[in-house]
Amino acid sequence: MSLGFWIGLIGATFAIATPLMWASLGNLLNEKSGVMNLGIEGTMYVGAFGGLAIASESGSIWLGLIGAIIFGCLAGLLVAVFTVTMGVNQHVVGIGTTLLLVSACEFVNRLRYGSGSLAKIEKFGDIIDDAGPLSQNWMTYFVFLILAPLMWWTLRSTGFGLRLTAVGEHPEAADVAGINVNRTRYVALVVGGALMALGGAYITLAELGTFTLGIISGRGWVAVALVIFGRWKVWPTVAGAVLFAATDALQLRLAITSTFGAVPNELLIALPYLVVVGALAIWGRKLRYPGAYLKPYRRA
Amino acid sequence: MSGIPIPRLRLRGQKPAWLTPLSIAAAAITTLLLTAAPIRIAGANPSAAFSRYLIKPLTSANGIDELLLAATPLLFTGLAVALAFRCGYSNIGAEGQFLAGGIGATIPGLYLSDLPTVLALPLAIVGGAVAGAAWAVVPAWLRRKGGIDEVVTTLLLNPVALLLVQGLLNGPWRNSETGFPESDRLGDGYTIGPVTSGSRVHWGFVLALVLIAVAYVVFRHTALGVRMSAVGQAPKAARFSGIDADTIVWRAALVSGAIAGLGGCIQVLAVQHQLATGISNSYGYTGIVVATLGGLGAIGVGFVALLLADITVGAQSASRVLALPPQMGQIVSSVLLLTVVAALVLRKFKVVFTRNEVDS
Repeated sequence: MSLGFWIGLIGATFAIATPLMWASLGNLLNEKSGVMNLGIEGTMYVGAFGGLAIASESGSIWLGLIGAIIFGCLAGLLVAVFTVTMGVNQHVVGIGTTLLLVSACEFVNRLRYGSGSLAKIEKFGDIIDDAGPLSQNWMTYFVFLILAPLMWWTLRSTGFGLRLTAVGEHPEAADVAGINVNRTRYVALVVGGALMALGGAYITLAELGTFTLGIISGRGWVAVALVIFGRWKVWPTVAGAVLFAATDALQLRLAITSTFGAVPNELLIALPYLVVVGALAIWGRKLRYPGAYLKPYRRA
Repeated sequence: MSGIPIPRLRLRGQKPAWLTPLSIAAAAITTLLLTAAPIRIAGANPSAAFSRYLIKPLTSANGIDELLLAATPLLFTGLAVALAFRCGYSNIGAEGQFLAGGIGATIPGLYLSDLPTVLALPLAIVGGAVAGAAWAVVPAWLRRKGGIDEVVTTLLLNPVALLLVQGLLNGPWRNSETGFPESDRLGDGYTIGPVTSGSRVHWGFVLALVLIAVAYVVFRHTALGVRMSAVGQAPKAARFSGIDADTIVWRAALVSGAIAGLGGCIQVLAVQHQLATGISNSYGYTGIVVATLGGLGAIGVGFVALLLADITVGAQSASRVLALPPQMGQIVSSVLLLTVVAALVLRKFKVVFTRNEVDS
């Protein structure tokens, strides 16, 4: 294991962590407001597919990014209408939303591009060249250096953050204090949806430059687990994302070494998922969930 | 504001008997209207497409045959999810348990391939159920011992199960003749045959119906069924009245995994006769749709599984004839799920027109 091995590992860790960071910070907003959004997998999918489709049709990667944000907001709005306004079972609505969005993307993909894949696009490049692990995409820098601190500051020091926590913990008290519970949850779901979709868009617009079916492959579920693992706090969630990504980066490198070359590749790919389950098993006991978790609010 | 009557939702006092069927009919019509747009964009005629989805499979013996075949895995996963949800255990992992069941049936089928049918089938079926339950054991145990939410853990094990199947098929179980990532055919003793010759409907469908019937009796006519509903709907009250809620949830989680595993096992033994990565076409996730639309009841699950199978078979034929991508079937099913749950909420309200905003 040379120095180059570890430097490469660190660089890959940040790249792999990026979509999880976007998605789990978006999901953190949702969960703080008391809503578990299992539409996350589909929202990332629509961000990945919609972002790339718009980028390749318009020729502008930035339009693709804006498209992903809009799709994400709409997906969040859909979940909000069902979970907040109607108060339907959040697991059912989330899975229904994911099934709908994934099949809608694959429908459009098949219709527009046939069995072939989308044209490759000129993806976002690294903003610093030849700097080892610092050679990263702007979306990586942005999520680690701007979005995560901003989220931390918003949640603990702004009026919106405090209202969000109040709504997620004790909506009756929040309502009495004059906070509009349902509007706060709508904002959390719509903004959170945009962040999740950006996580998906990173994969197509910055990492691959193209789209393949099943591209999210459970990363949305990982983001849900990371927020619970992180006990609804920003920095532990970030740590979880880095832990998952480091495991993933490690397995990618182990797979090409002679020692582990004989291990089926798929078992190594499964490793990070198992690490998250294991981490939940070890550190996830006696969690205190947000007080209004999974509960719709309606005035008595 | 004060001059214009504004429509508002107001809780209904009493629900008339016609309301539920009417709301479901309204949801179905809304689904057709909403999905007509993408069908038209795809260049097909919506009414032709819908008649293909809903009516065409029912008009020929072959279509009904395909429908019952397509319904079988959904009966298993739908029942598995309904059982768990009834007890308040949110098993979102039927997809992984289904795949695990497929592996469980394949192990004896490959390594003890010479067994005669009388030994082989029971062994493979038990293997599938045990494998499904085994895939459900970790989340259930974490919920029981650590209070860890089962939604996340069951979800995370779904991609792991798919990766395990792919790993086995790319590694030790790769087809020895073709080299494709699919297992060899299981031994001859491991075949679940058709109910009548010439039909594709197999005895696994009958097994699913038996399970549905058993579940109906247990849910509706036994003390256990009452306890399960009590645990699911009011866990604190159930505990207070002396019901061992933890044990009921634990067993429901494992039985749910076993039923989903049976579904995967049957798919291998009766349809594929080998393990392949495509054995689950999102059947586990669709099971959540089936269970929810079926009202978590046994009969409801049976009915909805047939309906979704009808749409699936219809979508396949529409994709051939109308060049409409087959994913449209999944779109129709998920839109139907959302409109029905919405309709069931909205039926509790009536629209009133008021001129001021005294209360909201």
